[in-house]
Amino acid sequence: MQRIPILQIGKLLLVTIQVDLMDQTALALQDDLANKIQRSGATGVLIDISALEIVDSFIGRMLASISGIAGVLGAASVVVGMQPAVAITLVELGLSLDGVRTALNVERGMDLLRQATRELSDDDEPHGQ
Amino acid sequence: MTTNPTANEGSVAIRSEHDVVTSRQLVRKLTQQLGFSLVDQTKMITAASELSRNTLIYGGGGDMHWRLRLDGIRAGLTLAFVDQGPGIPDLELAMKDGWTSGNGMGKGLSGSKRLVNEFELASTVGQGTRVTITRWK
Repeated sequence: MQRIPILQIGKLLLVTIQVDLMDQTALALQDDLANKIQRSGATGVLIDISALEIVDSFIGRMLASISGIAGVLGAASVVVGMQPAVAITLVELGLSLDGVRTALNVERGMDLLRQATRELSDDDEPHGQ
Repeated sequence: MTTNPTANEGSVAIRSEHDVVTSRQLVRKLTQQLGFSLVDQTKMITAASELSRNTLIYGGGGDMHWRLRLDGIRAGLTLAFVDQGPGIPDLELAMKDGWTSGNGMGKGLSGSKRLVNEFELASTVGQGTRVTITRWK
């Protein structure tokens, strides 16, 4: 079965989905990411879906659970690069991707992650308000 | 798989997850051939993805039949997802947003309906289900 590579850059994990996703591949990515966050202690996950031609309810659910899992493991996540046609279709399909942080492109996604990981580390400070 | 490029209709089997991907690719090719806009292509492919997955998971596999519609000035694509599975006992309930008998998000049928121009659901318990959708250019 095909697996989506997960790149690590410092405390950041980077996933670029470049293939037409089979359901099993999406599920494997979910597992792989959870393990990788745990092993690497990553504080941020960036998922680039700019090459995805569709996001159906299955892939939408996968994105929502990845962001949920990452959150529980103490990592912020952001989905970037959704194509306009995909966004239009997703909304009409009735998916709102609740709880999924999204950004227009990788640059804005990185900004969001930096912001979110700062908040996370502020929370760790006993004196932080 | 019958994908004669000059044919106006054909069908593909949906028996595995890989077939779901293949059906999406075929629908992309057909909608491009018809000159659909990118948004319309995406809507039709997404609907096909939802319905072929339903055929596989709930219907135990089946077929996707496709037909190019070239009625006068209109051009469109009709897809029929047919299985010989257990059927749907309550069609009205199945069409409700958020209702699911499996582990999906319950958007498959109701969501697909919103993505197309025509939607028809026929099901007989114990005999199977047929979902027919059409999107016009």
